[in-house]
Amino acid sequence: MNKLRHLIDPEDFTTKELDELIKLAKEMYHHPEKYNEACKGKILGTLFYEPSTRTRLSFESAMLRLGGSILGFSDAATSSVSKGESIADTIRVISSYADIAVMRHPKEGAPKLASKYAHIPIINGGDGGHQHPTQTLTDLLTIHMYKGAFENQTIAFCGDLKFGRTVHSLIRTLARYNIKQFILISPEELSLPDSLKRSLIKDGVTLKEVSTLEEVMNEIDILYMTRIQKERFFNEADYNRLKGSYILDLAKIKTAKKDMIIMHPLPRVNEIAYELDQDPRAVYFEQAKLGIYIRMALITKLLEVDLTC
Amino acid sequence: MLEVTSIKKGIVLDHITVGNGLKIFNKLMLDQVDYPVVLLMNVPSKAMGRKDIIKIENNIDIDLAFLGLIDDSITVNIIKEGKLGQKKKVEIPKNVKGLFSCHNPRCITNFDDYVKPEFELVSSDTLSYQCEYCEEITEYKI
Ligand SMILES: [Zn+2]
Repeated sequence: MNKLRHLIDPEDFTTKELDELIKLAKEMYHHPEKYNEACKGKILGTLFYEPSTRTRLSFESAMLRLGGSILGFSDAATSSVSKGESIADTIRVISSYADIAVMRHPKEGAPKLASKYAHIPIINGGDGGHQHPTQTLTDLLTIHMYKGAFENQTIAFCGDLKFGRTVHSLIRTLARYNIKQFILISPEELSLPDSLKRSLIKDGVTLKEVSTLEEVMNEIDILYMTRIQKERFFNEADYNRLKGSYILDLAKIKTAKKDMIIMHPLPRVNEIAYELDQDPRAVYFEQAKLGIYIRMALITKLLEVDLTC
Repeated sequence: MLEVTSIKKGIVLDHITVGNGLKIFNKLMLDQVDYPVVLLMNVPSKAMGRKDIIKIENNIDIDLAFLGLIDDSITVNIIKEGKLGQKKKVEIPKNVKGLFSCHNPRCITNFDDYVKPEFELVSSDTLSYQCEYCEEITEYKI
């Protein structure tokens, strides 16, 4: 028997494996009917120790579209997961209830712990502020879907780059694809952590840091927007002074390329004006939809489903 | 020089940096054992000027990884039948399991008693260890 595979960190997969997943997800997107019995008889356990409706529904939709079934809990507080039980015990029991499981947990490293004791593949559905690898996979698929490749693209990240784990993870993964330049747009207080910057620069990546969207808008191929949370600021005055600079609206994209794409991990609050939703460059809802197909591809990969017939 | 009876069988921790002798004594909880133990402090040393020494008369296992964390100048001498059997330099351990806890308050290892925190050395200058679970860095301090 092959060694059990998990997805805890995007680094668990080689770029070759990521390419294969993206290719399969695209195939599933274009021909979903071919895969609607791929996981027939298989069960996905959804272990949500904290609520995250969007992520949970995306996984459930993915498994149902593959013809599989789901079971699990959506909030540890109201579920039967006994308080104080070790994750090691829980996951050994769940291993006989389900064939694969996704775990969302408020504590960092919890899915990794689960993977050490599980007899089934474990997917990290987000662990505190640490990792959320299926968001990264979703982002990769979206870029590939619209741009056909990762190379030779100018990718800009805007908003809270200090605490935004989706940004950190996507930048790290793109850097593995030899993307050598990123544009970072954020207030100084919310710039990319120094430790991450240092490790990127060591890998030969150039970071162009600016404080406004306008000054770089015409260079961007992919604009990745993130939410700026009010509580990240030291005081209300700073927040009010700065927030407008990082809200995307029609006026700000006047100088943008015609084929630029605007991404966002969702939910958005006010960082992208509603008036942009009709613009063909706004792909964030499509991005959320693509998240289902990359999860379908991931589930079949980890379950080692034979898709040849 | 102060003479202390040499031991027949046991362990001598030599070349301990002055001041660390008592810390190691406490960490190893040698005040609670029922076999002979000697702690020598501020002993003149050619190499170090002054040093501390601990002699433990018994055949006990000492966690060398743990000693390396506290003081990597230590030499461990294993004594058998009154003779020096083996001499080992301790080293700063590359991998550590369960010897200290992760500094990240959101780390699962601080909440789940089943799991022992595991670390990998990232800098021996600062004794910085990266957590196997949350990947945050913990600087070890005695
Ligand atoms: Zn940790």
